[in-house]
Amino acid sequence: MAQSIDTEEQVIAPPQTKAIWMTFWILAALTAFEFLIAFTLHSKELRLLIFASMTIVKAFYIVGEFMHLKHEVKSMIWMIIIPCIFVVWLLGAMIWEGGSVESNKDPNKRVTVSKSATAASESKK
Amino acid sequence: MAAHSAHAVAEPQHLWLGGAEPMKASYGKLMMWIFLLSDTFTFSALLVTYGLIRYSHPAFDEAVYGTFHFSQLYWPTPEKVFEAVPFFHGTSLPLVFVGIMTFILIFSSVTMVLAVEAGHRMDRKDVEKWMLWTILGGFTFLGSQAWEWAHFIHGPELDKAATMLIDGKQVAIEGANLVRNPYGPAPFADLFFFITGFHGTHVFSGVILNIMIFFNTAMGVYQKRGHYEMVEKVGLYWHFVDLVWVFVFTFFYLV
Repeated sequence: MAQSIDTEEQVIAPPQTKAIWMTFWILAALTAFEFLIAFTLHSKELRLLIFASMTIVKAFYIVGEFMHLKHEVKSMIWMIIIPCIFVVWLLGAMIWEGGSVESNKDPNKRVTVSKSATAASESKK
Repeated sequence: MAAHSAHAVAEPQHLWLGGAEPMKASYGKLMMWIFLLSDTFTFSALLVTYGLIRYSHPAFDEAVYGTFHFSQLYWPTPEKVFEAVPFFHGTSLPLVFVGIMTFILIFSSVTMVLAVEAGHRMDRKDVEKWMLWTILGGFTFLGSQAWEWAHFIHGPELDKAATMLIDGKQVAIEGANLVRNPYGPAPFADLFFFITGFHGTHVFSGVILNIMIFFNTAMGVYQKRGHYEMVEKVGLYWHFVDLVWVFVFTFFYLV
């Protein structure tokens, strides 16, 4: 009996995969573009900005389409997005802080460091 | 008649046992989302740590350090570290292998959605087929990561490795571990091991879950239950793992 239900329902619904493959091609293209940027663009800040925004776009497609969040109710969408906004902020804030740690290092110490760096590379040759 | 009663049992339960349906999602699905949100916090803790530590180290600067070589004085440029591809020993192919790994994972994410879609249509054969592809993708990714780790731990040739001072002499560092590595400052390898390791563990548990789902599908468990929601829930987890990799790929390898 169960077998007959099986075959009956298979006939009713053909696969609807157009949107899925579309999303796949978008993700593939974005990744390929990131690769291109990694080797052609030399401005570090601009690169970081492009990578960060592309990653968010990719996240949007994966979470929205593959995980189907786009089609859930609004309260659920916000339940996920609001905490994530804070996380992204924290990531940005700590990268910024890290830069400040680096630029506030004792300049005297840094000179000796780069001196020993040249010494090290010299001794290698 | 028998077929009719089978349908009545097959009806998915919309309401939770309390008689309501918060956020119009089933209990299992909503709990999976909340778990994934908490897992996001764990992963972002690692990525935030990475961001802070990396940018508190000097970046490589040609004007200061000359041509690029591995050194403990500055954070290594990722494309100089990750440039090896299996069977192409000695050829510099920066980021190609991680790029392939990224595609493998995105692709297995696609086959997972296709399995979910087949589940909606109650198409057992298709669910089985796409679950198998997803499992295969998962194993391929894990294998690639194992290779990547082995290669990373083994380290570059000694004349390329970073050096450290031992008894007044600069000695090349052989092999990477949590204490020192031939690429750069110790936290570089530490973060590599922790972030990709934690992600790899997630992929591994995802593959195990996928195998369980495949097994249940093949045994007709979901066909009898009348819905393939388990495929959907495990699918959520699998996509999340893919999503995390997208972030790891960007922040660890590209930036």
